[in-house]
Amino acid sequence: MTTATTDLDRPATPPAFQEISPGRKFRNRLATVLVTGAFLVAMVPLVWVIWTVLAKGLHRVLNADWWQKSFGGLTSRNPGGGVYHAIYGTLLQGLLCAVIAVPIAIMVAVYLVEYGRRSRLAKAVTFTVDILSGVPSIVAALFLYALWVTTLGLPRSAFAVSLALVLLMIPVVVRTTEELLKIVPDELREASYALGIPKWKTIVKIVLPTAMSGIITGVMLALARVMGETAPVLVLVGYNQFINYDPFQGNMASLPLLMNSERLTTNAIGEARVWGAAVTLVLIITVFNLLGSLLSRLTAIKTK
Amino acid sequence: MSDRSSLRRPATTATSGGPRGGGVTDDEQFAEAPIPSPPSQSAAKHGRLGDRVFAGFATGAGVFMVVLIAAIGIFLLIQAIPPLADNKASFLFSRTWNADPADLNFGVLDLLLVTVFSSVFALVIAMPVSLGIALFLTQYAPRRAARPLAYLVDLLAAVPSIIYGLWGLEVLAPALSGFSVWLNENLGWIPIFADGNVSAQIGQTIFVAGIVLAVMLLPIITAVSREVFDRTPTPHLEGAIALGATKWEVIRTTVLPFGRPGYISASMLGLGRALGETIALLIILSTTTQFFGWSLFDGGDTIASKIARASAEFNDPKAAGAYVAAGLVLFALTFVVNAAARAIVAGHKEYE
Repeated sequence: MTTATTDLDRPATPPAFQEISPGRKFRNRLATVLVTGAFLVAMVPLVWVIWTVLAKGLHRVLNADWWQKSFGGLTSRNPGGGVYHAIYGTLLQGLLCAVIAVPIAIMVAVYLVEYGRRSRLAKAVTFTVDILSGVPSIVAALFLYALWVTTLGLPRSAFAVSLALVLLMIPVVVRTTEELLKIVPDELREASYALGIPKWKTIVKIVLPTAMSGIITGVMLALARVMGETAPVLVLVGYNQFINYDPFQGNMASLPLLMNSERLTTNAIGEARVWGAAVTLVLIITVFNLLGSLLSRLTAIKTK
Repeated sequence: MSDRSSLRRPATTATSGGPRGGGVTDDEQFAEAPIPSPPSQSAAKHGRLGDRVFAGFATGAGVFMVVLIAAIGIFLLIQAIPPLADNKASFLFSRTWNADPADLNFGVLDLLLVTVFSSVFALVIAMPVSLGIALFLTQYAPRRAARPLAYLVDLLAAVPSIIYGLWGLEVLAPALSGFSVWLNENLGWIPIFADGNVSAQIGQTIFVAGIVLAVMLLPIITAVSREVFDRTPTPHLEGAIALGATKWEVIRTTVLPFGRPGYISASMLGLGRALGETIALLIILSTTTQFFGWSLFDGGDTIASKIARASAEFNDPKAAGAYVAAGLVLFALTFVVNAAARAIVAGHKEYE
């Protein structure tokens, strides 16, 4: 106190905000640079991969034949042809998979949210869904091989591929649906019960429709993911240069399988086929992603 | 008073529940204490069937999931036993793989080592980068830009792995060729950079495959870490800011300690994914007759790529069974890794 009165230039109290020491400043800047750098590093492969795919394959895709013909009857020395057969296979296998997987997955999610709550079985189911989402696609394919081909004695077919994809799709759809059902407000359920509507009808008519737009997005994203899977098609079906419409018999091409077969053709024609198929696959995946958000916007419940 | 009425209630329901239409007595009871009206009972009876069926379906679907996982394990085990019984080599410790049904002589050790080595290498690259991305997206990027930027990172996960594989072989391997050779020549005294059993220059090595795998892991690890970092309680952040911490100090003292278990769990999930990756490794890695020698410039096969490579020749059940046995090892490995990842998060209620 006494010193403060003698020295009028000195502030009564030391300044509240002291200069940050150079070391701390440096570490702060370094962290900012490193963290931003990490993000930019991740963008390098993204841009590079997309650029590679477009640069190597786009010229092949800009051709009406590419979308309407197969490689049937063409050898590795014949240019021309298209991937119609593989697009059909990819879409069909994805569709069959969705038809089986989506109802099961939605029911599992309904069980977890509406019925199981915190029961023992619900815990076990949550655990298995977690484990199933970590099962490698090659293991799912092997399981289907052991079941479908070795045990049941059925031939390899596109349908077996769809079943393997079901294993990969279910956990993804269960997860999304579960999250969406959880955020459906309880007031809606209670209002329905108050009108004397049974629980199952409440779920079917009130709860699921409320969550539907999100579920559709989730299904589309899951579909886009499984359609790019290669391991199941490698193990469970053979490549076919011709169009095969029957999922239960014979070999059927799909885009990943076509890419894997044609990459062994080591000339410019094979190279163009592989990267053309890559462009096509990326396009289909993009379309499904966009379709997902579009459908969800169209089916969204109007609020106010 | 209230005691008496509550005592009377069961009695009234008993009388009114029996013969319906005793209007006089019903009215008397209603005057004293309202009871559930009989019509709702018949409605409940009507709804009960639908409820029972629907609940049955839902529970059945849940049980189906549990059965499915058990079935995967059991089916693989059943298929693997006969070839394992005929196997001349030790399955777990032999490094040769010969699945010729006439002369079964297969061991999974070499495949297992390559699988784990390449996955761990990928994880070592992907973990710090994903941590940086997750921090950037949650703490550094402007709020409005964070969402589209996160979408860009998620796009990495949308690219099919076969495209990553082809890109790795045809584009990345030549691009990294000079760097690989430089590492090999100058740091060759470190075992992992020593001469491998395939050419470092051509690049069909674990080194290139691991980098491609790391790229595939980035979106997976980032997505989960981001979610956890976003949940750091605001009071923690504000407390650190009020104490005069710099941005980095805020992160180091609040975000990182809070998010660490989630980040580790995310990395384990990524590891599980890397262990099972098939087609990218099948395309990039060059097969070799030599054993794996702990070098990044080795080729070889992981369990998954070995199975996929042989899948066209699954004609004999015993030969196929040998690969199923390898697949069982992979299943067990990913099971353990994934279960551990879940267990880490399950212990932390604050993430719920």
